[in-house]
Amino acid sequence: MSTATISLPAETTGETFMRYLRIFTREARYEFLRLLRTRSFSLSVIGFPIIFYLFFGLIMNHGQQIGSMSVAKYMLAGYAVFGMVGAALFGIGVGLASELAAGWLELKRASPMPPMAYLLAKCCSAIAFGIVIVSILTLLGMTIGHVSMTLPEYARMIGLTVAGVLPFACMGMALALFVPFSSAAGIANMIYLPMSFCGGLWVPIMFLPHLLQKFAVLLPTYHLGQLMLASFGYASSGTLLNHWLGLTGFTLLMLGVAAFGFRRLEHNS
Amino acid sequence: MSPVVEPDVTAGTLESQKPLEDVAELIRVNKRYSNGVVALDGFSLTLRRGEVVALLGPNGAGKSTAIKLLMGLSSPSSGTVRVFAADPREASARLRTGVMLQVGKAAEMLRVREEIQLFRGYYPRPMSYADIVKAAGIEGIEERMFGHLSGGQKQRALFALAIAGDPDLIFLDEPTVGLDIEARRGLWAQIRVLAARGKTVLLTTHYLEEADALADRIVVINKGSVVCSGTPAEVKSLGAAASGTIASRTLKLIRCVTMLPESTILAIPGVTGSQLTSGRTTISSTQPESTLRELLALDQTLHSLEVESPGLEDAFLSLTAH
Repeated sequence: MSTATISLPAETTGETFMRYLRIFTREARYEFLRLLRTRSFSLSVIGFPIIFYLFFGLIMNHGQQIGSMSVAKYMLAGYAVFGMVGAALFGIGVGLASELAAGWLELKRASPMPPMAYLLAKCCSAIAFGIVIVSILTLLGMTIGHVSMTLPEYARMIGLTVAGVLPFACMGMALALFVPFSSAAGIANMIYLPMSFCGGLWVPIMFLPHLLQKFAVLLPTYHLGQLMLASFGYASSGTLLNHWLGLTGFTLLMLGVAAFGFRRLEHNS
Repeated sequence: MSPVVEPDVTAGTLESQKPLEDVAELIRVNKRYSNGVVALDGFSLTLRRGEVVALLGPNGAGKSTAIKLLMGLSSPSSGTVRVFAADPREASARLRTGVMLQVGKAAEMLRVREEIQLFRGYYPRPMSYADIVKAAGIEGIEERMFGHLSGGQKQRALFALAIAGDPDLIFLDEPTVGLDIEARRGLWAQIRVLAARGKTVLLTTHYLEEADALADRIVVINKGSVVCSGTPAEVKSLGAAASGTIASRTLKLIRCVTMLPESTILAIPGVTGSQLTSGRTTISSTQPESTLRELLALDQTLHSLEVESPGLEDAFLSLTAH
């Protein structure tokens, strides 16, 4: 009774794949549009990294160097990571929490929408926002801060944006499943801002108190920041492998928390 | 039109006379939430092709839970849920169903047109965009953001999403809540059109008039179990019978504006109940003539008097009162 249950005209695997692809691309496009139109999201998530970078990376610095790298470029790595983490944490965390609260997610779950299309679309929108933020920051750095950036460096930066959004997307998902919508944005900020500071995204990690420097190893922001610096050719503290492992471990932890949250949600519904 | 359902090979009984027409069923379903609330208790319901079934019951009766189970949003604690002979928790089993949820809201910052296109995309053979716009009566608001719509417009947009996939089975959970009379009648007409096209509709409602006007069959549910089911006429007569054979023939509703306190009214001979809503008192009485005589004698200022026979609403109330 398994195959004949649904008597829709048979679809070939190729057709099914194409349909799923269309669902995903439309879902991703509308998710991006929705976020862009939600001014409270788009303005703050794009605006904050730009303002921070302008003040702390460009205006406050007078051609100083950190090692062989200009402060403007060093800080670009930090604020780029700060920007993409914000896009992921708020786009997915707060976005999912609001859709859970409004019942939009429930309506979609009741439709034949493939759940993966929904989650992937959310991730891709966060990545798109991340790329926009990283690109604006790079442009500012190059024009105002005289940052020299080669094309391969920029390409590596974008690659890291794609990869770097994922751990924080998972964190956003976990957050949305445990925190009610009314406090989601507040709690996201309470995590986001200290995690960015302690991870060395605002102030170079070596200027932080010794204790915080030790604590930073536990933070995904630190690992992503160091990977970004390494992609600019700056010798990061710790090995690349360690940073990737740190990010992977954090991602798995958040996925576990999110999976637990989903089960809890299903059980309660 | 959509192909007919395959014969159900799982059904043990031989129904060789007619092809299988059951499109969905809940069989002895229990649903207990993790907070201990029992929403459904041995609840069974079968939906047949082309019928409009109204699930009628007070708040917390289990209506929305039944819909959630049929949509695969929730799992039964025990019992079986089948939709088109499949488990509705499988996304593929939902290709032929559409739903309007009571708590469901669409994304605030998407245009109505965009949300409809999104939902059309989920289905392999969706209804044409123009047909959806016409059927849901959303001409003129297609380019508006969902979040900027009025309550009635939102309901219509959500109805559009429910029919976007041209589904054979449509669940409408309290579809006309917050609609004005004109909009409500408009939606009723659309539901009738769906039924005429052979679609199956399950709607839950508080509006007894709505169930009476739309449904082929009413299932009265209370505290998670079926109280009774039948055509609107059958349910009405059952309701009258349930309120007592002697009383059913003489029970009248007296509506008026009176200054008498409830305790005084309840002491009048024949009065079985009294309720004050927005300045008007509704009194049910099994001896309407003597009740009226007493009422008028006690309150000289009594006005706006109406006496009527109980309708479906009262039948329903007496059925679920116990």
